[in-house]
Amino acid sequence: MGILSSSIARKVAMALSGLFLVVFLTQHCVINLTSVLDPDTFNSWSHFMGTNGLVQFALQPVLIFGVVFHFVMGFALELKNRSARAHKYAMYKGSANASWASRNMIISGIVVLAFLGLHFYDFWVPEIVHKYIETHPEDPTRYYAETVHKFESPIRVGLYVLAFALLAVHLWHGFSSSFQSVGFNNKYSKALKGFTKAFAIVIPLLFAVIALYHHFNQIPH
Amino acid sequence: MNLTLKIWRQKDAQSKGSMQTYSISGVEGDMSFLEMLDVLNTQLIEKGEEPVVFDHDCREGICGSCSLMINGEPHGPDRLVTTCQLHMRKFNDGDTIVIEPFRAKAFPVIKDLMVDRSAFDRIQHAGGYISVNTSGNTIDANAIPVEKADADASFMAAACIGCGACVAACKNASAMLFTSAKVSQFALLPQGKVEATRRVLNMVEQMDKEGFGNCTNTGACEVECPKGISLENIARMNREYLAASVKG
Repeated sequence: MGILSSSIARKVAMALSGLFLVVFLTQHCVINLTSVLDPDTFNSWSHFMGTNGLVQFALQPVLIFGVVFHFVMGFALELKNRSARAHKYAMYKGSANASWASRNMIISGIVVLAFLGLHFYDFWVPEIVHKYIETHPEDPTRYYAETVHKFESPIRVGLYVLAFALLAVHLWHGFSSSFQSVGFNNKYSKALKGFTKAFAIVIPLLFAVIALYHHFNQIPH
Repeated sequence: MNLTLKIWRQKDAQSKGSMQTYSISGVEGDMSFLEMLDVLNTQLIEKGEEPVVFDHDCREGICGSCSLMINGEPHGPDRLVTTCQLHMRKFNDGDTIVIEPFRAKAFPVIKDLMVDRSAFDRIQHAGGYISVNTSGNTIDANAIPVEKADADASFMAAACIGCGACVAACKNASAMLFTSAKVSQFALLPQGKVEATRRVLNMVEQMDKEGFGNCTNTGACEVECPKGISLENIARMNREYLAASVKG
């Protein structure tokens, strides 16, 4: 794997791609919040994100690469780690020394990955079809109504909320862990850990609240 | 105290082992865990059966020889102790205790509960030392001033006895706590800085070659380490490794 041939290099790569996704998650949450606070701002920002060349053709590919890299590397590491203990213990008390979140990143990660599939199907694919395949004329006011209608189905909203709960679990360990991976462990670590734990709860909670808000505040057809 | 022991028995490295159940009586709370196994072995020998093979040496928690996964935890349920320091008073009359070898691809079972931990020796050989001329003109270590905090942190890292509990506890069988302790004890001292670049690169390369898993920062190693080796050492090793990679 060249530059990623060492265990520490792979660990740092996982941490950096994770931190990059945390930054993306933050901006996504802020834009989503405007859909609750001010639909006009939501339309305006969504229009910008959906039509700006830099965002569409530079940042979006980087983001997709970051997501794919994080998951592919996560799966590769999981397989390698499983092979490092070919013979399992008859009794292994993992809960005695480590949190569930830290021991099951692959489970929370797979749920988030499955959610991303659904999320792409709901939003990204229709956007690509709308803009680049059917080439509809751009309407800067369409985003709010389209978004709200996506949250009509209670099953879809339920799946979204479940995925956000697992995202919180994933971030609970992953965000603070990424700083340890890049070698950051000093007198500020405790405060940083507090911030990352708060982030792990607040951001997924906001995503869930926004989804529920739109579900219960449907625009009449 | 009467106990039921479920112990991993394996004839040799090539054989397929299995868990065997033994009953033992007359166990005193003041006995160490290894003394309890001595009692079991005496009973087995008297019955003409093969005694259980397990690693041990100093029996005072400093050599790193004893191991054992006891009820799903390396060195058992107590904290900051090795198996030889674990007392039977931690268990209750009638308990069933599951005893297994430390499991990792890099720690193959030799027989019963004894595993080959020479992978740790090879990691040490790859750079866990400083090159000093000891042929009569050795400089007094105290002649080089060392910051107290650095000296303390180095000493704490050097407390690692290389028992392998970190690998045994880690869900990924990672050896990063051990390797990082050996890197840190030198990285913090002026004497160790001379070979710092080569040391961390070579030791990590050897660690990876041995087939240990990747660290995912669960922290299980730190909790189970009988010498309280801190995760700070892993962060330090990561920094050392990144800096060394840039320097080449």
